Amino acid sequence: MSPLSRRTLLAALAASPLVVSACSREEEYVPDPEALQIYSSQHEGVTQAWADAFTEATGIPTQIRRGTDSSMGHQIVAEGEASPADVFLTENSPAMTVVERAGLLAPVAEETLAQVPEDRAPSSGDWTAIAARSTVLCWNPEQISEEELPASMMDLADPAWEGRWGCAPGGADFQAIVAGMLADRGEEETRAWLEALESGAEIYQNNIATMQAVNAGEVPVGVMYHYYWYRDQAGTQEQSGNTRLHYFGNQDPGAFVSLSAGGVLANAAKPDAAQEFLAWVTSAEGQQVLVDSGSMEYAVAEGVDSDPALPALADLDAPPVDPFTLDSDEVSDLMTDVGLL
Amino acid sequence: MSVSSSLTLRLAGRRPASPVLATLAALVAALTVLPVAVILVRAGSGPAGEALDYLLRPRIGELLAHTGWLMLLTVPATVVLGVGAAWLVERTDLPLPGLWRTLMLAPLAVPAFVSAYAWVSVRPGLVGLGGAVLVTTLAYFPFVFLPVAALLRTLDAGEEEIARSLGVGPVGAFFRTVLPRLRPAVSGGALLVALHLLAEFGVLEMMRYQTFTTAILQQYAVGFSDVRGSLLATVLLVLCLLVLTVEVAARGRSRVARLGAGAGRRPLPLPLGRWRAPALAALGAVVVLAVVVPVAVVARWLLVGTRIRVEGAGLGDLLLVTGSTVGLAVLGGLLAVALGLPGAVLLDRHHGPFAVLVERLTFLASSLPGVVVALALVTLSISLVPGIYQTALLLLVAYAILFLPRAMVALRSGLAAAPPELAEAARSLGQNGAGVLGRVVLPLAAPSVLAGFVLVALAISTELTATLLLAPTGVETLALAFWSATAELDYAAAAPFAAMMIALSVPLTVLLRRQITS
Repeated sequence: MSPLSRRTLLAALAASPLVVSACSREEEYVPDPEALQIYSSQHEGVTQAWADAFTEATGIPTQIRRGTDSSMGHQIVAEGEASPADVFLTENSPAMTVVERAGLLAPVAEETLAQVPEDRAPSSGDWTAIAARSTVLCWNPEQISEEELPASMMDLADPAWEGRWGCAPGGADFQAIVAGMLADRGEEETRAWLEALESGAEIYQNNIATMQAVNAGEVPVGVMYHYYWYRDQAGTQEQSGNTRLHYFGNQDPGAFVSLSAGGVLANAAKPDAAQEFLAWVTSAEGQQVLVDSGSMEYAVAEGVDSDPALPALADLDAPPVDPFTLDSDEVSDLMTDVGLL
Repeated sequence: MSVSSSLTLRLAGRRPASPVLATLAALVAALTVLPVAVILVRAGSGPAGEALDYLLRPRIGELLAHTGWLMLLTVPATVVLGVGAAWLVERTDLPLPGLWRTLMLAPLAVPAFVSAYAWVSVRPGLVGLGGAVLVTTLAYFPFVFLPVAALLRTLDAGEEEIARSLGVGPVGAFFRTVLPRLRPAVSGGALLVALHLLAEFGVLEMMRYQTFTTAILQQYAVGFSDVRGSLLATVLLVLCLLVLTVEVAARGRSRVARLGAGAGRRPLPLPLGRWRAPALAALGAVVVLAVVVPVAVVARWLLVGTRIRVEGAGLGDLLLVTGSTVGLAVLGGLLAVALGLPGAVLLDRHHGPFAVLVERLTFLASSLPGVVVALALVTLSISLVPGIYQTALLLLVAYAILFLPRAMVALRSGLAAAPPELAEAARSLGQNGAGVLGRVVLPLAAPSVLAGFVLVALAISTELTATLLLAPTGVETLALAFWSATAELDYAAAAPFAAMMIALSVPLTVLLRRQITS
């Protein structure tokens, strides 16, 4: 061995204490068999806040597995009855519906369902809303005047809007919006709208990028969810300082309110603790944890006020949709047909 | 062995492969092909007509064009940049060659998706093909620079001098004697770049440039459809086969090993003369674009973060996450090198159709996005070996499958530099196969083994999509923490993780640099 390569190996050895400590650290990460296993695609900060407060209130340890809506829903279906998950929390309900249709959910306890207004839960009773987010149109007053804003989100399909609006059709958020539109307006109208989107909208990778683009004046308006804007406003305002929000109201598809879902797995190793967790998340204390987390999502339980910066959920005049009927498969077929996927 | 049969073998150039070696290499190849098999089965599980309709859509043509343009522009760009920089640093009288050698590898220390975010935040208009080519070229050219620079240093100057003595100019001599010998190094590096481009996700997602990989992730994110995602992955596999075939043709079979250590001589550095200033400016520009810009943006986030959060409560978390990332990177790197060794030895010592097949098979899965391999492993482990599901072992296997080519390319170039004659001599002195490997080949190839390990460890420390699906519950890595913080718009929170990824990569990059000079 040449002296130089020996020196190289010495350098590698010098790094080994770090390696050894890393390996011993990792033993603390071994899945805890005593802990309630929470699969969550809800925001990390919110999930962690819920889990910590729940453990403090009940003494039940928790462990969180993180993912994004669909791939996590997908993963639970792939895991099937062997899934280590006890509880599943999502950002949008279609991911939960995928698990529900695979027959992997247990009915939610009556007292939990009673804590959430009926119109904020699916008719099936297999899961419950744990938070909500509203569709909004983000707009840039330097690019467009308030009078020029569309009255309905469906108007964006008009050729006059070609190249003048942005959205993020690749995300689970947008899919939920389209699922709402599909349930509300039917296939023909939805397909026409998606075709206009494909040919006429600027496509961004997520809500944040859409908001940034509107903020930077790349497009005058963008379709997104409300809370990104409120969080940025409460923080640095770097990505939303030049923008405002437009609420469609009038039960328009653009006023769609998406429910974040919580469900208990039928094959949960800890079914009682899982039900207890869901009951706690939808209780007044649990919902207050959501409000205090700064996520700017809507609380959904009876008698809990959301962040005062937000317009009241009841005033949004959202289209009435049974979230149980939201069909993500049909949405993805439509989006594939028009060439978005 | 009789003299005559030995002579026959020497004329044939290679010894027959030992059965143990061949079996080991075949087993490794089989392991890496498992996810591919799962994908093909899944892609074929739907009705054939529907699959055909899906694949013959304009959208697929669009994705093909996007992926094709990205490869056609980025791969040559990385070759020109990598070979050019290596030649300037190793063969000219450029001032401070040692510093430039380090700086040309420094981009490896900046994860490509961190670099992409930095660029998008500095120049929001820099999206689409232009931005994608810029960021991927700057991030990947060290894959070409590294093997080429290493080879340029070890190549004997003799042939070049003979060419010069016969009246060929310095540039002509380089093109006629040096460049042909660089072919394995250049094509190996270019192959890594091409496979990376096929599987790249983070950069292209941020640059809003859709390729097959971003479309596959989108398919999983929106469609909930296994079959469609697998169909897209199948197209990606075909592209990968195409790349592998082109590389075999480009590599050639020229011998690069030199016999004997005594005769080699470092070539005299070529005087740059009036080209010195432009050369320095060009290399300097590369460093600014590839390293200074992203590091400056991360530093700005860090400052913003400390202004908002004075208490620094996250330090303990950051260290824990760093610890698990380092642990995974080290173990995964060791596993990949160990798994890559049989195939690399087989390929170098018994270069035949079987060896090439084994090698090419191990490259297939690595062109797939991490999430595709991960999903296949989820399926496989749940149905076959539920005991390892959601354990670190399964994650390490995924890393090994995804990054085996990095280890193989490095190992192969190292073994190629160990002359077969020395191994033959050891055999004639009574050593068996393992003895030859342990006492002759590996010591000569040690720097390359280390380089392979480091390349894999670097890749693991920033891997995103497979980690997300396969990591044991509760395990957090820097890449996951960075990505989730940026997804939540919290760039101040993301900065420490980005900075730590860069910090971790620096010593690894320094180790790589030593490979060139040792």
